[in-house]
Amino acid sequence: MGLPFTVSCEHYGVQTTVPEKRSIDNNLTRVDKVFHNLVTLGAFFSMVVLAAIGGFLLYRGFEIFKDFGFSFITSSKWDIGNPEDTSTAILGIGAMLFGSVITAIIAVVISVPFAVATALLIEFYVPGWIKTILVSILDLVAALPSVVFGIWGYAVLLPLVEDWSVTIEHYLGWIPIFNVPSEIFGRSPLLAGLLLGLMIVPIITSVAREVYSQAPRELIDAASALGGTRWGALRAVVLPFGRSGLVGGTMLGLGRALGETVAVYLTLNLVFEINFKILASAGGNVASLIATKFGEATAYELKALMAAGLVLFLVTLLVNFGATMIVNKSRKIV
Amino acid sequence: MDSQVNETTRPHITAKVEIPEQRSKLHTEDLQVDAASKSGLEARSVHAWFDKHHALADISLHFPKNTVTGLIGPSGCGKSTFLRLLNRMHEFIPRAAMAGEVLFAGNDIYAPGVNPIDIRRRIGMVFQKPNPFPAMNIGENVVAGLKLSRVKTSNKDALIEDCLTRAGLWKEVKDRLGSAGGSLSGGQQQRLCIARALALNPEVLLLDEPCSALDPGSTLRVEETIVQLSATMTIVIVTHNMQQAARVSDYCAFFLSDGGPGHLVEADLTTNIFSNPSDSRTADYVQGRFG
Repeated sequence: MGLPFTVSCEHYGVQTTVPEKRSIDNNLTRVDKVFHNLVTLGAFFSMVVLAAIGGFLLYRGFEIFKDFGFSFITSSKWDIGNPEDTSTAILGIGAMLFGSVITAIIAVVISVPFAVATALLIEFYVPGWIKTILVSILDLVAALPSVVFGIWGYAVLLPLVEDWSVTIEHYLGWIPIFNVPSEIFGRSPLLAGLLLGLMIVPIITSVAREVYSQAPRELIDAASALGGTRWGALRAVVLPFGRSGLVGGTMLGLGRALGETVAVYLTLNLVFEINFKILASAGGNVASLIATKFGEATAYELKALMAAGLVLFLVTLLVNFGATMIVNKSRKIV
Repeated sequence: MDSQVNETTRPHITAKVEIPEQRSKLHTEDLQVDAASKSGLEARSVHAWFDKHHALADISLHFPKNTVTGLIGPSGCGKSTFLRLLNRMHEFIPRAAMAGEVLFAGNDIYAPGVNPIDIRRRIGMVFQKPNPFPAMNIGENVVAGLKLSRVKTSNKDALIEDCLTRAGLWKEVKDRLGSAGGSLSGGQQQRLCIARALALNPEVLLLDEPCSALDPGSTLRVEETIVQLSATMTIVIVTHNMQQAARVSDYCAFFLSDGGPGHLVEADLTTNIFSNPSDSRTADYVQGRFG
């Protein structure tokens, strides 16, 4: 009796010629084609806008980079000299860049512990209805305009931080960063950093919450069944699992803190010198520099502000890019 | 709660009774210790709910010391729920509730003042899906329970070797204790999880379908391990595999849910369940006529 199929044993072990790969025609329907073009267009649009902003800033600020070179981002002097003669101007954003970084670092140091605690509370400790309330409160905080934060920081936080600063300086003044020879406290990097920290808690919390919620249930169960306390299970399973996600979320927050304008403008005294004494009332950041000087800038100064904008643009782009990479990497582990 | 008064006279496998009140963890009744249940583990009129859903009704079962009991029955009849009730893992499920008592060495593990963490240390559990901790290597996985419960050990290496040997894994992994637990095969991972549970030296080991994700060879190794362990500890194993139940268990309990909450149809010596069950549904199930 013949088999209903042919057995071709002779193929095995016999060298055959490798055939050419066939092309597979991916025939999209018309609706799919239209939609495909539509989403491509949408996606490209934001990229075009991003490139246009970068190109514009580069175009307007190019002269500054040509005139000052690398010293534009290292020097701290901001002097337009004789408005008629641009060669007398000395412009550098070193102090502002340093201020951006130090306030952002203070913000991150303050906000990460709170964000982790909040995320763990929401995901593992509270019942569903409280979770819903807490999440909407966090969303609300994230949506608050930064000028509201700034005003609140100026009116409420400033006097408090001033008091704390006096105390900290009194006891810890021997540590260089807490030393304030001028005895002028108040609108200091600490205040601005603290305020930025409060602003970025919701961002970091929401990313941390997302990665923590993906921690495998069976591993948490395993830790509990081994006689772990809830905190023990969280520490053994959830925190290691969410580590890279937390780093990514922190960098997203860092990006926001680096670029914040109004809140820093209201709570930090603009002084053109590198100030690492975080309690002293002196500092600034690149964004608030632009906001401060923009209104009455000379044509040449305006170019410098554009160049400063480009530097800030690149730094935040880099931080956000890094954050996205890390967050994506942590998702893949899942 | 009058129904709780006649504690000592209540038969072990009861007929349908009226549904008792759900217990809270702050249940304040005095515990009556029954001399017969001082060894091993015993469930008395246990019920389980998930929110409004009554998942398990009136289960009374005694697990004698150093025996293997198989829990069998079709999916959804509450076997796993019952298993999780035996070491207080049930309460991790939101809105889960229970009633009845689980006596361990004569004491109700749901009594007020009992530390559930302590219970889980003494009643170990192995899950359906192998779940070694991915952030730890093989050796660290074995002693993870000690670290979690902050138990100090004088000789960690000896303990790792001992637990892995008892779980039947030592020979295969002794040269690579430093590699990740996830690098092992599924069957090896499951034996690693057994070793991890053994490190706390539990008196009872609960296994929830430990072989359902394993190939026949690995299944055989795990079964050998179970039989060896039963010399020194009480084992309760949930399984869908009738041959497995027949091979490893001394006693079998058949659970069934006919639309309502899961209940116990019968519990007996494994040989009786397979050769001469008293209920026709048990016979139908073990012979593969349904389920």
